[in-house]
Amino acid sequence: MLFFIEVTLSGLMAGVMYSLVALGFVLIFKASGIFNFAQGVMALFAALTLVGFMDEFGMPVWLAIIGTIAVMIALAWVIERVMLRHLVNQEPIILFMATIGLAYVLEGLGDILWGSDVKVLDIGIPQGAWDWLWDQGIYVEKLELFAAATAAILVIFLAIFFQKTRTGRALRAVADDHQAALSVGISLHTIWVIVWSVSGIVALVAGIMWGSKSGVQFSLSLIALKALPVLILGGFTSVPGAIIGGMIIGVGEKLAEVYLGPFVGGAIENWFAYMLALAFLLFRPQGLFGERIIERV
Amino acid sequence: MSARQFGDTILEVNNISLSFGVMKVLDNISFDIKKGEIRSIIGPNGAGKSSMLNVINGFYHPQEGTITFKGETRKAMAPHVAASHGIARTFQNIALFKGMSTLDNIMTGRNLKMKTNIFWQALHLGPARKEELENREAAERIIDFLDIQAIRKKPVGKLPYGLQKRVELGRALAAEPELLLLDEPMAGMNSEEKEDMSRFIIDVNDEFGTTIALIEHDMGVVMDLSDRVVVLDYGKQLADGFPEEVRANQKVIDAYLGVPHE
Repeated sequence: MLFFIEVTLSGLMAGVMYSLVALGFVLIFKASGIFNFAQGVMALFAALTLVGFMDEFGMPVWLAIIGTIAVMIALAWVIERVMLRHLVNQEPIILFMATIGLAYVLEGLGDILWGSDVKVLDIGIPQGAWDWLWDQGIYVEKLELFAAATAAILVIFLAIFFQKTRTGRALRAVADDHQAALSVGISLHTIWVIVWSVSGIVALVAGIMWGSKSGVQFSLSLIALKALPVLILGGFTSVPGAIIGGMIIGVGEKLAEVYLGPFVGGAIENWFAYMLALAFLLFRPQGLFGERIIERV
Repeated sequence: MSARQFGDTILEVNNISLSFGVMKVLDNISFDIKKGEIRSIIGPNGAGKSSMLNVINGFYHPQEGTITFKGETRKAMAPHVAASHGIARTFQNIALFKGMSTLDNIMTGRNLKMKTNIFWQALHLGPARKEELENREAAERIIDFLDIQAIRKKPVGKLPYGLQKRVELGRALAAEPELLLLDEPMAGMNSEEKEDMSRFIIDVNDEFGTTIALIEHDMGVVMDLSDRVVVLDYGKQLADGFPEEVRANQKVIDAYLGVPHE
């Protein structure tokens, strides 16, 4: 029983880490209908910048984080200026392709600016087993606990922001109908900069958590692949969906590996999420919390 | 109706021409709208009526001509400039934010009335919270005015057509516009819904003093509501005047009405 709890908990925690990445996708999809292929690379880029500020410029953690947030906001502004502005009213697939291009640009930029070697990111997040549970015989990683708490705060913050504020409403309005949004005086350009900034900051959070866990390296950009089944499960347009989807995938993976793995020779963890996503696509393509059937890319 | 007296000109379009490629949609159109009047734009399908509204609120930028709004002359408006200077509109094919509730839709209409910056909003504290509550009150007044309390929290995508039109009017009113553009507010309505909508339009004009420019197909409604009527046909301006003048105009009868009314 204790073992089951341990597996479930560690699955939940791993799931929250996926959720953090998925959140960034949801924000941009919700507000502009764009599936942002570059989200994973944005997390990598943010983490690289943070490490760079700390190591090469010797900034204290708090200053480096503020600096990185500034960089992500500047990046959002540039993306709007150079890319989005010229693709107004284009098909979603065109915008999707533009984000693929963006992913390569950002990857290259990160390489040029900060180099391509694996870096250690340590901003003082506690690591190791959580003593209290460890005494009960259950191993829970402190870092993942910290990540879960951060994700919870982030989600509450985003939920209030989207539901209760003028800018939140404007974001949803733009997602629904560009012309109508313009007619009530919402500026599309401003909204895009805001939404890309927010998702850039979410990418930074994801980058920090994943970077602290496994080092800042190129493979960080591939965690985006794990976010995809999370999105299919939770729905592309739902913030809580991203969290719950992530947790289901995390727990499912771990439980399947431990309890089903022995019967099929193991290594279920690597494909379980995708199979689950496939099943969802068959029976509930809008996901658990998605608003409507959405065109997939 | 034509006995009503009006003051200054609020909007004047001068020699507006608009084309898409070789297609001339508007050809040398000029008319004015006076403060406080209900001004109709009529004409057969494809006459350029909606294009004219789109020029006024800045969706289309005409190749020639000028637009003078509240004394300022421009070659073209930008949509958010038009909105911030007091032009609100509804759409021929309802353009509501379908996933959002009635209340939220109307709150988006308050967008320009709300000024606190994004940092206060993000914290949902201090001035942003106060502002949110004040504007919420304004939105509730509009909901009362349009008699749609029962659907405040419903997602608008699921509402019947007539109610959606009403919510859309509410969103435009929430901006407290000086000039309200209505693109076929009664299209697809039954006669009872049309009566309700006509009532609202008259009340808006009476109670808030809002100037209204209206596109409508139902001739009975147009003749009843309008102070003055401008008639377009194939992008050209056929006539401009009081309803009874327009009704008696032979060119209009030939091109549009087909047979004289009454």
